[in-house]
Formats: sequence, C-alpha cells, structure tokens
Amino acid sequence: MSLFEMTLQELRTGLDRREFTAVEATRAFVERIAATDDTINAFITVCADQALAEATAADRRLAAGESAPLTGIPLAMKDIFNTAGVRTTCASKILDNYVAPYDATAFARLKAQGAVLLGKVNMDEFAMGSSNENSAFGAVHNPWDTTCVPGGSSGGSAACVAARQAPAALGTDTGGSIRQPASHCGVVGLKPTYGRVSRYGVIAYASSLDQVGPVTRDVRDCALLLQAIAGYDPLDSTSVDMPAPDYAAALTADLKGVRIGLPREYFIEGLDADVRQAVEQAVATCRALGAEIVEVSLPHTEYAVACYYLIATAEASSNLARYDGVRFGHRTATQGNLIETYSCSRDEGFGSEVKRRIMLGTYALSSGYYDAYYLKAQKVRTLIRQDFLDAFEKVDVLLGPVAPTPAFRIGEKAADPLQMYLSDIFTIPVNLAGTCAMSLPCGFSATDLPIGLQLIGKPFAEAEILRAAYAFEQATEWHKRKADI
Amino acid sequence: MNYEVVIGLEVHVQLTTKTKIFCGCSTAFGQTPNSQTCPVCLALPGALPVLNYQAVEYAIRTGLATNCTIAPQSVFARKNYFYPDLPKGYQISQYELPVCQHGWLDIEGEWGSKRIGITRIHMEEDAGKLVHGELPGTAQSSFVDLNRAGTPLLEVVSEPDMRSADEAVAYLKKLHQIVVYLGVCDGNLEEGSFRCDANVSLRPVGQEQFGTRAEIKNVNSFRFVKLAIEHEIERQADLLDSGGKVVQETRLFDAQTGMTRSMRSKEEAHDYRYFPDPDLVPLEIDAAWIEAERAQLPELPEARRQRYQADWGLSAYDAEVLTAERPLADYFEACVTLLPSQAKSIANWVMGELTRKLNEGGVNIAESPVTPLLLTGMLKLIEAGTISGKIAKTVFDEMWATGHEPARIVEEKGLVQVSDSGAIEQIVAEVLAASAAQVEQYRGGNEKVFGFFVGQVMKASKGKANPALVNELLKKKLEG
Repeated sequence: MSLFEMTLQELRTGLDRREFTAVEATRAFVERIAATDDTINAFITVCADQALAEATAADRRLAAGESAPLTGIPLAMKDIFNTAGVRTTCASKILDNYVAPYDATAFARLKAQGAVLLGKVNMDEFAMGSSNENSAFGAVHNPWDTTCVPGGSSGGSAACVAARQAPAALGTDTGGSIRQPASHCGVVGLKPTYGRVSRYGVIAYASSLDQVGPVTRDVRDCALLLQAIAGYDPLDSTSVDMPAPDYAAALTADLKGVRIGLPREYFIEGLDADVRQAVEQAVATCRALGAEIVEVSLPHTEYAVACYYLIATAEASSNLARYDGVRFGHRTATQGNLIETYSCSRDEGFGSEVKRRIMLGTYALSSGYYDAYYLKAQKVRTLIRQDFLDAFEKVDVLLGPVAPTPAFRIGEKAADPLQMYLSDIFTIPVNLAGTCAMSLPCGFSATDLPIGLQLIGKPFAEAEILRAAYAFEQATEWHKRKADI
Repeated sequence: MNYEVVIGLEVHVQLTTKTKIFCGCSTAFGQTPNSQTCPVCLALPGALPVLNYQAVEYAIRTGLATNCTIAPQSVFARKNYFYPDLPKGYQISQYELPVCQHGWLDIEGEWGSKRIGITRIHMEEDAGKLVHGELPGTAQSSFVDLNRAGTPLLEVVSEPDMRSADEAVAYLKKLHQIVVYLGVCDGNLEEGSFRCDANVSLRPVGQEQFGTRAEIKNVNSFRFVKLAIEHEIERQADLLDSGGKVVQETRLFDAQTGMTRSMRSKEEAHDYRYFPDPDLVPLEIDAAWIEAERAQLPELPEARRQRYQADWGLSAYDAEVLTAERPLADYFEACVTLLPSQAKSIANWVMGELTRKLNEGGVNIAESPVTPLLLTGMLKLIEAGTISGKIAKTVFDEMWATGHEPARIVEEKGLVQVSDSGAIEQIVAEVLAASAAQVEQYRGGNEKVFGFFVGQVMKASKGKANPALVNELLKKKLEG
C-alpha cells in the first residue's frame, strides 16, 4: 500500500515499527499533493521543505525512542489556524500575505505531539460558506466528482483527506463547516462541544459558535486527533476546564443499550431520496447492533437557519472590524483620508459573501433593530438549546442526515445564497445548542457521491458519539471506499 | 432669565494593575511606542481576551468605597467603531450589566453636605494613542502607539445631581481622593490617569424637565473642569437668553482660550452596536469575593476624619488636612500609635515643621528622613522636660539632616534643658542686675517688660533653660 493511502493509525504503527520513516511518509504526501492538487485545489500553501525538515527531526526523535502520539505524522491545517512563520490567509485577499507571529493553541498541541505540517488548506473566505466556492484562492473540487463542490467551509480539509493528500486535517465548524464537507467528501468529521477545544489563534468568524475539530479517514483516527487537541486552554476564556476522557478507549463494536433518537424534523419533505434511504438504512444497522431507536422532536429546528444568520453575522460584523488595513493585511493603494482608506481596503480585500454577512450583521445590531433581530435570535437560540436538552432526557445520541442533499455542482447554488444557507439546516442547530456532533460515511447516491450520517451527542459526550460511530463503521464498508483520483 | 445648572460627570479612572485588562502586557507609562504589545492588544487575527482579575478586585473596592451595589453577574460588551487607535474595531466595555450600580458620595462645601448619586461604574479597556508628526522626507503622518491599548479603566458615571461648577469639582476631588486612597489609581491627571467628561445643561428655575445637554470631553485638571463648566454655563445661558437653542453635542475644552468648541453633534454620533462579547464569559462575583475585597479596604478619609476629631480631639480643620492624602494620614497615625498622649502636638509638628520640610525638599512623606519613631522620640524628650519646645526645632532640623536619633543629637550638641534652679537663679540674678532700667519699669507696672527678661535669660542659657522654671524664678525675684 502506498504510504499516502494510510490512516493515522496505520502511519503510527508503521513509524513505530520502523517500516518506513517520517521523511518517507511526508514525501509521499507532498508528492501526492503535487500530483493531484491542480485538480482538487485543496491547498493554499504547501510547506514541502519545512515539512521534510520537520519529518527529519521527527525521525531523529523516533530513533531516540522519544515518540509522542503524533511524532512524524503529516497533517494539514485549515488556513484559519495561525501557524507562526507560515502564512495564514483565511482564504481572503485581505490576509493574502499575512504571516502570524504565533501559533493557534490547537496547532501548538499538534506540534508539541510531534505532528508535521504539510500545509494550509483551502476554505470559504473567513469560513463563510457551504461550498468552498467563496475563496480568494479559487473553488475546491470534490475528489469524488470534480465538477461538484466539496462542501464548506472546511472544504479543503475534507477534500485533502478524501484525496489522500493528507491522512487527516483540522477544520472549524461554525454552522456545519466540518460535518457538511465531511459528508460530501465521504470522510469523518467531528465538531466537539463548544469549549472542548481552544479557539485561541483560530481566526474568528462567529465566536459563540466556532469550534475546532478533526477531519479523518475513519472513526479511530478521529478519536486520536480529537484527543490531541481537546482540553482547557487558559488563553481562551470560553474553553472549559474539564479533563478530556480517553476517546480511543470508548470505541467498542456494539450499541447495546444505546438509545438513539431520530428527530422528526430531520426527516422532512425535500430531503433527497438517496440521502433518506442511506440514513434509514443506517438506522436499521444501528438497531441490528443493539440500539434502541426512539423518535424524538426538536420543535424549533425550522428557526435555526434564520437564528444562525442573525447571530453569526452579528458577531462576524464585529470580529472582522480589525481588518482595516492599519496594522496588517491588505491596505488600499488609493490615497485618501482615513474613511477612504478603511472603505477601499475592506472593499478590495473582502469577497462578496463576507461583505454580505458583515452588512447583515451590522444591520442586526443597529440601534432600533437590535431587539427585533439580535435579541430575538438569542431567545430562539435558548429554545433550540432546550430542544436538545429535552431530547437528551430520552435518548443518548441523536441520529439524522448531515445535509439534505449530496454534494451539488460547482456554481449550482452560487447565485442563490438563501438556497445555499438551507443546505446547513441539519447542522446549524447543533452549533446553536453548543453540543457535539459528527459526520461519517453511510452510503452513496445514485451518482456515486458520498452521503454522511450525523450523530449528535450530549454536551461533552464526544466519547459516546465516537463509540456509536465506531460500532456503525465496524459494521459497514462505506469508509473503505476511496475517491478515484 | 434665571437658570438652574444641571451637571453630571463621567470619570475615567485608570487602574494601577501591573498588566493590561485582557492580556499580560505591562501598563507602564512612557515606554517606547508599541513595545508593550502582544497578539491580544494588537488585535491580531485569532487572539482572544482573558480578564485580569486584579482589575475586577479594584472595581469591587471602588464600588464598595462609593456605596455601590456590586452586581453578582456583569457582562462585557463590545462597543463597535472604527478608529486607528482602536485595534479590534471595538472596545470591550460593559453596557447593560455593569459591575457596580447605585452608589453615592457626600460632598461638603458652602452648600453644607450634599449627596451625589453614582449611577454606575463599569470596567473597560483604554484605546491606544495617535501621534501626529512628520517623518523626514515625508508629508504629515500619523503614528499609532498601542502601548496604552488595553489598559484597564473604570468609568464612574454620576447622576445629574450637581448644580454648580464648584459642586462638580468637589465631587471630582472626593472621587479622586477615594481612588487614590484605595490605591486603585495613581490619580495622575496630567498623564490621563483620571479623566473627566462633563454633561452640562440649564433649565429655567422651577422647571422639572432637564434642558438639552452638551458633553465636554477630557478635561484634565480640577481647575480646567471649573473653567470649562463655567464657560459652558455662560455659553448656554447666553444662547437661551437670546432665544437660541442648545444642541445636543460633544464639545472640546480648549485650555488655551478657556472656551469649549463643538466636536460633533448628536446626528454625527456613532451607533456603537453594543452586544455582549462572546469571547468573554459573564463575570460572576459572589458574596465571599465581595467580603474579601471589603476586608482589603483601607479606612477612608471621611471615617478617619471623624475618628481624629472624636478620639483625639483634633479640630475639624486639622483632621481634614491630615486625612487629605493617605500617606500623610498613615504617617500621623503611626506617630500617634507610638505616643498616644500627644496627638495634638503630633498634629502640629506634622502639619507645621514636617510639611514645611517636605515641601521645601520636594520629598515624599514615605521617604521622610524624620520617621514617626524619630519624631515621637523627640516629643518624648519634650514631654520629659529634657529639651524645650524651642530647642526641639533645632533637634528636628538636625534629625532631618542626619536621620540621627533625637537623644543622640541632644547629647552630642549639648542641648539638654537646664532645669537646675540654682543655675537658672544665677542667670536670672545676672540678667536683672544688668537691666536696672527695665526692672524699674516692671516694678512701675509695665508687665510687658517681663518677656524681655525671659528672652535675656534664654539667650544667656543658649536656649537650654527650662522656660517654666525661668518664668517662675523671674516672677519670684521681681515680685519677691
């Protein structure tokens, strides 16, 4: 097997048994990127030389018997994570040549455990989008069908793993941005509970919703990578001071005694027939594995998208104010007064979806509209969170589709933002509730596009959904299929 | 027409924490531009704020000292606007739920004692600073220094309870005294550690509804506050008298001209789009924390003043002077602890000789070479009759110059008071013998001459004769 076909776990084992070196593994992925990325466009920055140097150092440590969990493992980072010395663009022209002087905590933890940075991967600009078409560095192509989108905003993270350009990647999920691309690319993606992973050094889109998570080839890798990044960070006031359990230890092959809830609102009219069939088949598999299946209701689901587009955009309008051309990033060449410098720099630097969301959010917070929009949305958010807490009184895990359809074609929804926003209808409520959820492969459409299964857990019950996901994965073959590229 | 003046004040109190409110950078003043910055206070992408709990402690203490209620939960909010000295494009402040509310201060003056309400005290971060200048070979440029960005501030907002510039100044001085006493602010007005915005409006006497107000920004001395408010009262009265209207606006005080001028009108006012900062969790303060801070509170000037009068019989004036600044009051009390029987005479020495020496030398009382131990040591020598009050001045000067103990000085300089009646009698006899004319005058009924004899005896004894004994012996000789 080519080294680039390996999972994290296989790479770990091979490195520990000296079957190959970290340099060989890293070179395999670097070459794979070179061979395929003209087609996929997953990478904004490839750190080939630096990665090989880091791999050389990793081999020395391995030889000295100083192996940490990720020593010598090459990984890709969504270009939203600050990586000292390697440019961080957030897929925006406004940060085109921005090089951060510090590391995001999540990245620092991977580095501390020996990971090798392969490069920075593409995304929707400032994580705003569901198709990875909103990137100043061009759209990402789905490895299963390059005329299709990979999903977004962590489109590069999902596509690079699906294309075996990296064994795993980190992404961020604000309103489905890990789970939806994972679903569309046939890989595993997990959005941890808000506060589980530090947001420090992750460029903010919507601070009360953003959360860092892994994108991997299978569930065990997902548990391993989550283990590496989870935990309290004193630099992030919203991170929770609660030790992370041993996620890999939670992985067992059955679902005996697990109560799985099917939210009625996630099986609605308009759900793609192939998606419905795949998810229903997954329900049958879970039942066969010993799970008790219960129908539940999340009554405020229909308000989630509207609520999200008020809260997320309000926070974004403020978070993105710092891109003013004064201290870093793009500054207009136009000579003018202060206001002109601001408006030209921002007009030239931001793409249209980012501008749209800044304007929406500014409006939602404006005097006279705050109560009707932002405050109302916060109240709805409380109701949505309560929906989940109520459901978790009855069940351990919720199960449903990740997205209403498989990956759509590039350009198909680009002209209709509202249609695009609705593609996140099943993922957004989880961010609003602040709880954890993941996507894993559960089938294919008639056109051979992957379909993802969403498992939603109680707050901080990542181990529970990982367990359910692992049992399902062990019982199925979907994760073994690879995009033909 | 007769107008009633209505004034409310917003005071920015810069806290003396060592580090900034949301990051670990130093708050030291006057450093190389941008040397005290990090990703957080530079607002680099991805950086997040973490609250400095010392700033909260200081806020609680200030709230307690101004009779406020401390909120069990308060919330940080973002105040959004663009300016180059505001790196995030928003200031982290508190809006709907401030840390302290509903306090008051009493101010004394010609109006007697008056209670001024404090609406709220909230915590916020300071902005950076713009420096305008030129670089060689370039046009006029503006530079941004973010050393100050993120320095913790309290904004203390009063009720519109003041009715004259003097009341406003009295309130400001009182608040200033308290925050300096608490040690939460260095009180330096010139460096901007204590800044004031004044809201001034007029209404016809008897009218209940407030008039339209103007806000005067950033006045950086007590004297300027008085000038700015008085000018603003005059400007508004003239305007109203001539049938004009006051417009709601922000005005800047110009110290050069003593006038205020318009900065921006209400129409130009920002919509700050306040909303709770999602990067910070609500600030929870429980009763135990409040009590812990209460235990840290020093005794405040007002309580000290009352105690000085009640316990030690000082005059209201002396008590006021001695409590004006905490180091002075602490010094005084250290002395009284050492020599409780002599509070009044300690007060006289502290307010007299010591203050004079401190002022002359520009010396901080904490660095006074005459420590409470030395000063009271000297007073004990007076009490014991070892030296006279007059000689004590010499001893004091010597202590100031050398820091030596008073007993040593007295001994080395031979300043011990002569209380040997034989020796003094001898001098008295000599003085009277040499002053036959004056003796004649005294015996003829001119008692004023008595002072002359005392002076002569003291002079002859080089100041060392015990004055009481001199008096007694003189009287005896002259009248006997």
